[in-house]
Amino acid sequence: MTPILAFDMGLALLVLGVAAWTIAARGTFAAVVGFVAYGLLLALVWARLAAFDIALTEAAIGSGVTGVLLLRAAKLLPYSAAESARSGAPLRIAAGLLCAVVTLGLAAVVLSLPEPAPTLAPQAEASLPATGLGNPVTAVLLAYRAIDTFLEKVVVLLALVGVWSLAADRDWGDAPVLWRTRDHDGALILLAQVLPPVGVVVAIYILWTGADHPGGAFQASAILAAMWMLTMIAGLSRAPRTSAPGLRLTLVAGAAVFLVVGLAGSLVADAFLAYPPGYAKALIIAIEVVMTLSVAVTLALLVAGPPERGGEP
Amino acid sequence: MSVASDIFTALAVSAGAFFFLAGTVGLLRFPDTLSRLHALTKADNLGLGLVVLGLLPWAGGVFGALKLICVWILVQFAGATVAQLIARAARRGGLGS
Repeated sequence: MTPILAFDMGLALLVLGVAAWTIAARGTFAAVVGFVAYGLLLALVWARLAAFDIALTEAAIGSGVTGVLLLRAAKLLPYSAAESARSGAPLRIAAGLLCAVVTLGLAAVVLSLPEPAPTLAPQAEASLPATGLGNPVTAVLLAYRAIDTFLEKVVVLLALVGVWSLAADRDWGDAPVLWRTRDHDGALILLAQVLPPVGVVVAIYILWTGADHPGGAFQASAILAAMWMLTMIAGLSRAPRTSAPGLRLTLVAGAAVFLVVGLAGSLVADAFLAYPPGYAKALIIAIEVVMTLSVAVTLALLVAGPPERGGEP
Repeated sequence: MSVASDIFTALAVSAGAFFFLAGTVGLLRFPDTLSRLHALTKADNLGLGLVVLGLLPWAGGVFGALKLICVWILVQFAGATVAQLIARAARRGGLGS
């Protein structure tokens, strides 16, 4: 038991150390690299807590997609604005105090939990047969709290609308420019040719196995988005025009299917987003497949940024 | 048999950890980007390879073992590509030191 405890303590200290380093880092690029490492370490922590679904999501979305997003943002910042415009001491002290208060509050709440801690896990486990699923996390996301997941889809879409609204008027409807170079590296092109078939298979596997084992739509869509971004960065595929009807249809399809199934549920079953008995698993898988595609496209376009003219020849 | 596979695992994983340690020391101590990259890719390559090799008896079947080997191959591929990209950027941008 002791080596495991030592490992956990080391991991916790490492997470705190990397977090402190990320805050203290002077350059934006260094801070983003620190954030990605922090996310990967956090995924290890979740895995140690046996929360494999959250570990996968943290690694894929928290660290991976968010990391690329932050790298893109850091690159777009003018060097002087990023490196020199540090906020004044009073603001930094206020932010630090606020963070400390939140941390202490959270610590107090966690430490004052009754023993055993309150949990809904037995109820989640007990209703599992009704959904036909084997993974309680997927059951929570797509059956018990499906409304939350539906609203999440809408929020991700709104985020993309926010990014697109940064485009200049004359660029509206054009394609985003993910990578400005015309001179693509041979090694990168090879990776972008060989990796996507593997990545697509892994994504389908993660989506399918999510019904019964750790995995699911979000992790799968992060992998799909990464594969698509890779081909765009290597110059093998072009970013689509943001005005293309097919693209916009794919973007809204996830939330739309969710909404249609939800409304049908209020007619056929007895509540919004209720599934008729016996069809729960089939409907959940159908929603997840469409949702995976929609979220993958949304994530990739979030990273690609607002449409710009001049990127396409 | 069990003792033998335990010893094999301990030896292979320790050797893998040694390569990671050596790679990290190289990353911190070597004078220029290309040498640091060299140290780092050796750690990925041999270190992870030996760790995977040591864990194979614990993979619980042929499919588990194949998954571990796939992870190693994918890391190799990504690592080699990124090393190329960084080296090229370093040469072009004159980040030699």
